[in-house]
Amino acid sequence: MTYHRPSFRHPDLPTNELGHTRQYYEGALSTLCAGCGHDSVSAAIVQACFELAIEPHHVAKLSGIGCSSKTPAYFLNQAHGFNSVHGRMPSVATGANAANRQMAYIGISGDGDSASIGFGQFSHVVRRNLNMLYLVENNGCYGLTKGQDSATADVGSAGKRGIATAFEPIDLCAQALQLGATFVARSFSGDKQQLVPLLKAAITHKGFAFIDVISPCVTFNNTTTSTKSYDHMREHVRQADVVDFVPAEKEITVDYAPGTTKELTLHDGSVIHLTKAQSDLDTSDPHAALNAIHDHKVRGEVLTGLLYLDTELHDFHRVINTMPTPLRDLQEKDLCPGGDVLQGINSGLR
Amino acid sequence: MSKHQITSTNDFVIRFANVNGTGSASANGLFAKALFRMGLPISPKNIFPSNIQGLPTWYEVRVSEKGYLGRRGGVDISVAMNPQSLKQDIDCLQAGGYLMYDSTKPLDIRVQRDDVHYLGIPLTEMCQREYDDPRKRQLFKNVIYVGALAALLDMDFSVLTGLVADTFKGKEKLVLPNIHALEMGYQYAQEHFQCPLGIRVERRDLTTEKIMMSGNDALGLGAVYGGATVVGWYPITPSTSAVEAFEKYANKFRICEQTGCKKFALIQAEDELAAIGIVLGASWNGARSFTATSGPGVSLMSEFLGLAYFAEVPTVLFDIQRTGPSTGMPTRTQQSDILAAAYASHGDTKHVLLFPATPKECFEMSALSFDLADRLQTPIILLSDLDLGMNDVMSDPLEWDDSRQYDRGKVLSRKDLERMDTPFGRYRDVDDDGICYRTYPGSHPQKGAYFTRGSSHNRDAAYTEKSEDYVDSMERLLKKWHTAKSLVPAPQRYDNPDANKSTDLGMLFFGTTTDAALEAQNILAEEGIHINALRVRAFPFNDQVEAFLSEHQQIFVIEQNRDGQLRTLLMNECSADPSRLIPLTLYDGMPVCAQDIRREIRKTLKVNNVMPLRAQTRGDS
Repeated sequence: MTYHRPSFRHPDLPTNELGHTRQYYEGALSTLCAGCGHDSVSAAIVQACFELAIEPHHVAKLSGIGCSSKTPAYFLNQAHGFNSVHGRMPSVATGANAANRQMAYIGISGDGDSASIGFGQFSHVVRRNLNMLYLVENNGCYGLTKGQDSATADVGSAGKRGIATAFEPIDLCAQALQLGATFVARSFSGDKQQLVPLLKAAITHKGFAFIDVISPCVTFNNTTTSTKSYDHMREHVRQADVVDFVPAEKEITVDYAPGTTKELTLHDGSVIHLTKAQSDLDTSDPHAALNAIHDHKVRGEVLTGLLYLDTELHDFHRVINTMPTPLRDLQEKDLCPGGDVLQGINSGLR
Repeated sequence: MSKHQITSTNDFVIRFANVNGTGSASANGLFAKALFRMGLPISPKNIFPSNIQGLPTWYEVRVSEKGYLGRRGGVDISVAMNPQSLKQDIDCLQAGGYLMYDSTKPLDIRVQRDDVHYLGIPLTEMCQREYDDPRKRQLFKNVIYVGALAALLDMDFSVLTGLVADTFKGKEKLVLPNIHALEMGYQYAQEHFQCPLGIRVERRDLTTEKIMMSGNDALGLGAVYGGATVVGWYPITPSTSAVEAFEKYANKFRICEQTGCKKFALIQAEDELAAIGIVLGASWNGARSFTATSGPGVSLMSEFLGLAYFAEVPTVLFDIQRTGPSTGMPTRTQQSDILAAAYASHGDTKHVLLFPATPKECFEMSALSFDLADRLQTPIILLSDLDLGMNDVMSDPLEWDDSRQYDRGKVLSRKDLERMDTPFGRYRDVDDDGICYRTYPGSHPQKGAYFTRGSSHNRDAAYTEKSEDYVDSMERLLKKWHTAKSLVPAPQRYDNPDANKSTDLGMLFFGTTTDAALEAQNILAEEGIHINALRVRAFPFNDQVEAFLSEHQQIFVIEQNRDGQLRTLLMNECSADPSRLIPLTLYDGMPVCAQDIRREIRKTLKVNNVMPLRAQTRGDS
C-alpha cells in the first residue's frame, strides 16, 4: 500500500528560495516499522533538498530491493523514481545519468543490496565516479526477510535471532575509498545535525558521493547484543568532524574561530566548513581515512562525518567526454548521418 | 593421368586451412573480395577456434554463379597451410579435387589420397629466399598462395592489384611488396602447373549493386542511424563486433565538430547484468539505448528483461547466438536462444523478437528496434547469429529514407501535461491498444512523476497487492502483445518456383537458415518435389503465419537447434495442429547446407507420405 499524506498546508509555513515549503519535498507515508532508522534518513533527505532549494523534479530517485529500497517513495513526490531489481541500482543509475547528465541522482541502497548481491555493481559505479549520491541505509541485517545477518554485521554481533555473526564484515566506506570514490562519509540515522549538511554537500558534489548511514532495524537488530542498535551507536559514535555546508552565492554568516575550521570549495562555488571534533582526520588523504576507520573499529567505535573529499573535477561524463547537452535531448539531425553518407558507406563495401 | 578432375566454371568451394594468428585472414579476404569484384556471388565463412593464437582455423569460400549463398558442403580446392589439420584438409576434398600445399618439405605419404590432385608450391623456401624478416616470411607466404590461385583459376590479376591498392590506401609502402608477392605466386603457378585448372572463374556482372558486410557491422551502423546514444555492454563472442561497429561509426559520425565531445556514451560494464541495467536506466530516462550479447549473456539478463516487460521500459537487445548450452562452442553458430529470448525471465513474460537474415536486414531491423521499443515500451530482442554476425555476407546495399522520423512512442511532454485535464496515470490504457503514456524524468515540476517498479502496480503506478489490479495489468500487457503483431515486420513468402504446381507442403524458417532453405526448395523443385516457403521475420507471429500454417498439410520447420524451438513457439502461439509441424533441425554448429535440408525432406516424404515420423527427421544423418 502507498499511503498519501494529507495535502493541507498551513499558509505560514516557511519557504525556501523557490517558494517551496519543506512539506513540498515529502513523499508518500512510510510503511516501514515505527522507529525505523530509514524514516529518519528520508526526513533528512527532505530537509536537505528543501534547504538546498532544488526542484524535486530535477532529481531522479533510484533503488534496488529491500527495506531501504522502498524509501524513495517516502521523499520527493514530484521526482521520478525507479525501484529496480536487487543489487542493480548502480547500473540503472549509470544508464539514467548517461542519458541526462543535468539531473541530480539519488540512489538509495541497503547493506544487503550493496554489500552482498550488488557488491559488484557497487564497486564499479564507484570506479566510474558517476555523479550521484549513493546512500546506504546500513542496519546489518535483512529486514524484509526477517532479520538474517548481512555482510556488514560485525563479528559477534547478534540480532533478534540471538546467533552471533561469525564472518568478517565488509566496510563499505573502506571499499569506496579503495575504489577511488571522491566523497566518502559515514553517519548515523539518529544524528540529523550531522546527516543533513553531509547530504547537502554530497548532492552538490560533482562526482560519486558515498554516505554509509548506520540506520538501526528496530524490529530485528536493535538488541543489546547488536552493534547496530540505537543504544550501541549512541555510545560508540565518534565524530571526525562537524560539517557546515554553505551553498554557492550564500553569504557565510557564521563566524568560525581562526584555525579551527577547514574550508573546502566545491565546483559550483559551495563551501564546506569542517570543524575537527573527536578525531584529527585529514579529509584530503584517502589512506588517512582508511586508517582512521580501522583504528576506531579496533576500539569498538564507529567514526562518522566527512571522511574523504576530492574536489578535482573528473566525473564520469568528463572522463568519457560526452557533450554537455543531455544525450536524450539530441534529435535526428544530431544523431542520424543520413542517406548520402550511407551511399558512401555502401561504396566502401564493394 | 586419367584421374578424374573436377571441372566447373564459377561454381566451386575452396577452403583455406591456416593457423590462427598468422595473418592469413587478410590474404584470404583479398582472394574472396577479388572474386566478388569480378562480378561473382561469393559466400565466405570463417571457421575459427575460441583461441587467439596457434590453433587451426579455416576460411571457406563458395563461388556460385546461381547466387546461392548458403554453405554447399564438400570442398573442391583445399589450401592446406596447417600441418596440424593436414589429414582433415585432404580428407575433406571431393574426388577429383585439388590440394595446394607447401612443398618445401615432402607431403606426408600416410595422409595422401589417390583420387585428388596435388599442387605443391615451396612457399617456405621461396619466402626464406626472398625475405630476411621472419614476420614478412610468415605474412607473404599467404599472399604468394593467393597469387598462385589467381593463375590456377584464371582470375583477373588486375582486380587483385587494384584491391591491394585500395586496401593499403594511406600505407602506400605496403602496396608494392604485396603485389610483388602476388606476382611470385602467379609466376610460379604459370611455370609449374597447367593453368588454368578444370575449376576456373570467368568475369560476370552479378554483383554490381551488392555489398559485402558482416551482420554485426550492419547492426552497429543501424544503431547509429536509429539514434542510439547510450550503450551498455560486456564483451562476449560473437556479439563484440556489433558494439565495436557502433563505436567505429559513432566516432566517425557522432563527434561534435566544435568541441570534439561525443554524442554518445559507450559503457563497458562489469557484467551482462549491469550492461542491460544501463540500457533500462538510459531508456527510462528518455535516451535510445541498447546492449549486445550472446546466449550466456541472455541468461544473465533475464531478470532485468522481466522488469522491463512488467514495468514497461523500452529495451533493445541484440543477441548474436552461438552454440549452447552453457559455454557450448563459443565460435560456432546456432539458432538456439529462441525460447530463452521469447520467454526470458520468471513469471508470465513474452518478448518481441526480430529475425534478420541479411546485413541489409540487420541494418534496418537494428534501427527499427528502437522505434518498436519506444512504441511498445517493452524489450525488443533482435536474434542474429555467429554465421550472419561475423562473416562478410553479400547483400543488397543499405538504404535510408531521409524523411524518416524516429517514432519515440507515447511520451507526454511538459506542454502535453499542462494541457491535460485528466490526471496522469502511467499505466492507464487511454487509447485502448494496451500501450500507455509515459513521461521522462524531469519533464514537469508538478505533473507526470511516477514510480517505476517491478512489484505489482495499479494504473497510477502505485504499489498494489489487490488481485484485480494485478490481473488488470497482466491482461493489458496481453492486449499490448496483440497490438505488437501489427507493428512487427511481416513474414516473407517464397512460393514454390513452379507456379503451375500447387502443393500442400510447406517449409518455415528464419535468419541464416534462409539461403540454404531456398536453395533446397529449388533443388527439390527440379526433382519434382514442390514446397512453398515462409520466412518468419518476427515474433509475435501475425495472421500471415497462421494462414501459411493452415494452408499446408505438412510444414517443415527448419532451424538450427536440437529441440525445434521455433516449432515449439509456433505450437504455443498459433492454432496449428502440432502433428503437421515437422521438425527439421540442423544444429552441429556449422552454417546450414542445402543438401542436408534436401536429404531430410526427401527422407521424410519417402518414408511416410501422409504423416511424418518425428524420429526420422531428427539429426541422425
